[in-house]
Formats: sequence, C-alpha cells, structure tokens
Amino acid sequence: MTQDTQTQDTDNPIQMPPERLLQVENLVKHFPITQGIFFRKQIAAVQAVSGISFHIDRGETFGIVGESGCGKSTTARCVLRLLEPTSGKVLYRAESSDGSSGSHEIIDIASANKAELRRLRREMQIVFQDPYASLNPRMTVASIIAEPLVVHGIGDTADRIERVKELLKVVGLNPEHTNRYPHEFSGGQRQRIGVARALALNPAFMVLDEPVSALDVSIQAQVLNLMGDLQDEFGLTYLFIAHDLSVVRHVCDRVGVMYLGRMAEVADRDTLYERPMHPYTHALMSAVPIPDPTIERNRRRIILEGDIPSPINPPTGCRFNTRCPRAEFPRCSEEIPALKEVEPDHWVACHFPEVKQVV
Amino acid sequence: MTDRNLPPGDGYAALDEAEGLTVEPVTQWQLFRSRFVRHRLAMMAAVVLGIILALALFADFLPLENPTDQLEDDNGRIVNLLSPRAEYWFGTDELGQDVLSRVIYGGRTSLTVAVLTGLMVATFGTLVGSIAGYYGGWIDTLLMRFTDLILSLPLLPVAIVAAAWLREAFRGREALSLAILLGTLLWGTLARIVRAEFLSLREKEFVEAARAAGARDRRIIFRHILPNALSPIIVNATLVIGLAIILEAALSFLGFGVRPPEPAWGAMAANGGRLAVGGSGAWWLVLFPSVALIVTVLSVNFLGDGLRDALDPTQTIERR
Repeated sequence: MTQDTQTQDTDNPIQMPPERLLQVENLVKHFPITQGIFFRKQIAAVQAVSGISFHIDRGETFGIVGESGCGKSTTARCVLRLLEPTSGKVLYRAESSDGSSGSHEIIDIASANKAELRRLRREMQIVFQDPYASLNPRMTVASIIAEPLVVHGIGDTADRIERVKELLKVVGLNPEHTNRYPHEFSGGQRQRIGVARALALNPAFMVLDEPVSALDVSIQAQVLNLMGDLQDEFGLTYLFIAHDLSVVRHVCDRVGVMYLGRMAEVADRDTLYERPMHPYTHALMSAVPIPDPTIERNRRRIILEGDIPSPINPPTGCRFNTRCPRAEFPRCSEEIPALKEVEPDHWVACHFPEVKQVV
Repeated sequence: MTDRNLPPGDGYAALDEAEGLTVEPVTQWQLFRSRFVRHRLAMMAAVVLGIILALALFADFLPLENPTDQLEDDNGRIVNLLSPRAEYWFGTDELGQDVLSRVIYGGRTSLTVAVLTGLMVATFGTLVGSIAGYYGGWIDTLLMRFTDLILSLPLLPVAIVAAAWLREAFRGREALSLAILLGTLLWGTLARIVRAEFLSLREKEFVEAARAAGARDRRIIFRHILPNALSPIIVNATLVIGLAIILEAALSFLGFGVRPPEPAWGAMAANGGRLAVGGSGAWWLVLFPSVALIVTVLSVNFLGDGLRDALDPTQTIERR
C-alpha cells in the first residue's frame, strides 16, 4: 500500500506538537476473507480502512463523517485498539507512567504491548451507538458503571458505590437506581449509563461512536448537550463518529470526511460547511436539510449515481472516481490523490478541487 | 415495574419510591428467589424432586423390605407377582421382591446416573463450547472437529461396547460407570449450542465495552458472556438429565446397564414390560417405575424452566 501514503507530518514519528493529543498516521485495517476448514487460506480482504491520517488536539471535538460502510467505526475501534490495525501508527500523548503530573509520553497505541495498553485504557474510553446492545442485560447499573473501577482495582466496594452514585448524578440519573437492570431504563437513560461508565476512570479522551443515532431527536439534543457539558467540566477530547451532518455541525470543531476507507477532506467545521472542496463533500453537504422551506425548495441537490463500490475490490486511483461528477480520465482512475493542504488547515484529497457553496 | 409484579414485601417500596423516598436495596439473591417462587410449576417441581430425592437418600430409615429380598408368606412360599395390596402397596415382581422398595431404592441409581450425567455434560459441553467460540481460529477448528467426532458416534452400539468394558472397570458401581459413559457421549450438542452463543455474544457491544475498560478474557467470559448464554445451557442440561434416565433404561434392558438384582427405574420398567406383554397381566411392574421416571423427568424440566426464568432479570411477568 505504498502509493496510499497520505502523510501530513511524519518527519519524526514520535514527536507531536504540544497541543496534540492524538495523531493517526496511515492507518490501515483489512479484514481477511478466508476459505477452507482445516487450512484457512486468505482469498481476499475487506479493505475497511486504507491508510488514513488525522490528528486531534487536546480539548477539541474531531468528527468523522461518511456513509455506512466507509470505515468510520473501524477507524474508531482501531484507534482504541479494540481491533488490531493492519498497519499504521496511532500516537497518543499519555500521562507519564511515573505519575508526575504534567509530564507526558507519546505511545503508539497500534504497537503498544499488553501492559501499556491496559494503562492506556484508563485514559481512553468509548460510548457506543446502540444503548440496547452496549449494556450487559444481566448486570445491574452499579456493576456496569463500576466495572472499569473493578478491572483496574480502584477503591474498595464502598468507594466504588460512592463513585457510581456520583457518576449517575453527573449524567443526570437518579443515584438511587444503582440496583436496577438496563431494561428498566429508556434509550436515552441507557445512553447516559453508557456515558457514566465511560467517565468512571476519568479519561482524557473519548470516542463517541454515533452516540445519538439510535435515539429520538428530542433525546439526541439532551445527550449531545450532556456530552458538551462534560467536555467543559472534565476537559475531555472527543473523537465523534457520525453520519448526521447537522449533529456534526453542532458539536465538532474539526471534521474529516471519509469515503470508502480514505479521508476525502479534513477541515475545521465552518470551512467544511461553507467552502467544501471535494466533490464527495459537495454531495454530502447538499443532502443536509435546511430549515427554511424557500431555500430548501430552490436548492439543487447533487445526487450521486450508482452505489458505493465494494471495499473488497475498490476502484483504482481515486476511490470516488466511479461516481464523481468531476472525474477526468485516465488521471482519476490511475493516480491516487494525496491529501494536500490547499489552504491553511484545509486538506483535500482530489485532483480537481473546487470551492462550492452547497449548504 | 408495577405493584402487581412486585413480591408482597416490596410493594411498599414501590409506593415509597413514587413519593420520592428511597428504595430499600434488594439483593440479587432476593430478586432471584422472588422470581423463582412466582413460577408455580417450577416450585411444584422443586417440591416433588425434593421428596423423591429425600426418599432415595433416606430409604434405609424407612420401614421397607430389602429391595433384593425374595419375600415369603407364612408357609415359606415365595410371594411373586402379587398385585398391589395392603402389605405390598406396589405389589411384588416375578421374583417376589417388593416393588415399592425397589422403586424407592431404584431412585438412587437412576438419579445418580441422571444427575452425574447432567453435571458432566453441562461442565464439559460449556467448557469446550466457550473456549471454541471465544477464541476461534485453530482452537475452534480443533475442538469442533473433536465434537463432530463425538456427535457422529452411533449412540447405542458405542454405548453397549463401552458399557461392557466400563462395567468391569467399575464393578459394583454401575451407576457411576453409566454416568461417565453417558456424560462422555452426550456433551456434543451442548458444546455446539454454547459455541454458537459465544460466537454471537462476543461481538456484542457490551463485550467490546468491557474490553475497552481493560477487562481480561476470564472476566469477559465469566461475567459477560456466560451469564447471557445460561438459558440454553440450563435447557440442554435438563433435557440431558431426562435422556440419561431413559438411556439407562435402554441399556439396562439390553443387559449392559445396572445388573439385575440391583434396582433401577429403567431396568424395572423394561423388565416389567416384557412380563406384562408375556401375558402375566402384571401392570404394576410397568406402571410404578414408569410413573417415577416420568414424574422425575418432567420435574427436572419444569425446574430448569423456572431456573432459567429466575436467572433472567428481564423476566418480571407473573407466572401462572
């Protein structure tokens, strides 16, 4: 995958600017497809993520958007190493292991050993999409939220119960409900339990994997506001995975647009929504509903032709060339466009970028 | 939760809660118990099984004839094939042995075989299934091909050959040898079921959440996956217990189970059946051991049903 390189700043891989918390370099994740009963041989691979790079600064919310199957959740899971990345680096600025406050060390999550990973787990947590599947139906709320504490051997039983009650209060639930089971709560309440569990270890970094997609719109706002308040209160850094562009505009500071395992465009929120340059971003943005019927009625939707190609056998060159209204051949089907900085902090992977106002 | 679904003592707690007062903490054990007690059939089954177990365990203290004695009347004649009457409630068999005593003592053998087989199957099937399903890869391939091998064995022929051999090795303890034999032959289905459960459960988000929290494999298997796979394990184990009693009967009938003077339900029913068909009309030889067998198997199944529901916290609806 050498021609896939979309490097941003890899002069010295173990150095990061001081404000940077996380830096992903050339992350690749392929899922092998195997055949055979005794001797499994690999016959193909789902190229879920094919070399993406981005960075997240401390205290900011970085959003990744894209349609289903573009690899955004896979990216999130590789960042936390819930999946083993095929290659690439995930540099993370961790609290120093000697315990002295303020000192940091940079660890590559992708190659960290078991002990390092266990220590990192205290700093990075995840909130899942489906509040029904992410809580063990056989455990009480108390044991769900206290689990990270138990795993890392923090406090005794009394301390943990105290902490669980405190966390329930923080996320806006009744602290007396520790002995209940997940099925006794509504979707929004369950998502709050998931948030409380993620907060239990006082993490610095949190992956929010479509945390509100499964919730009613009225509940979405509540949970998003809660996430915002928690970010202010605890100085959290978020990686926000979503496909709802209005939600992303509401919560993210910087946004990356993914298409078929590659990053198409990365920019800060306002730039991306006001001056998108990648044709795929144009199409995405033109689908965002505008809450003004006169504008909404008169705007032109960019409707893409065809389906998203299979990640088992992705198009050569630019992965978007099969559906791109601006594609010019043979360049777009032969040469992979690098993610270039076309203006300060605005990165686009396209041979023919063009500013277009669509929202 | 509505008041209707609460056990009597907790109804007030619900009222208190509605008024904004705190709820008395209820332990997991109390919840389990209240859910189980509400399951009437299971409660009845538990009582019946309790009685059967107690009879079998304390048979020596009951005023019973010796199950292997040939009874004689005052004239020294053997009283064989007497129908049920005041002295012999369940009648006597063709050798003049007391059927009531044999049914009660036979419970020892049959229950030992059944319970030991059930335990062995539950332990071994769960272990193999969990390891295969959780770790996957070549471990899975290896264990599952072994399971296929066990499942492909024709049950009776193999059981007959193995029983003949085991009976010599465990002379005088036929029940144990039968349990080992049946346990070894019957765990395959459960292993497959448990593996399938593990395959689907290990991809669940709550397992991923535990992993993200830093939980190790052991914790994930025992705290997260196994409790959620409990229902099929309990159901299968209860089915196996029933099956073991019936297979014990089949093997005894063929002469590879419990040796004749020793009482066991399956052997008694099989033997009685042969005599009844033979024209003696001795229905009591079939009826009593069969009823004991059926009542036990049914009770075990109902008990399993109740246990499964009681262990499932999402079950709150009152049972008839």
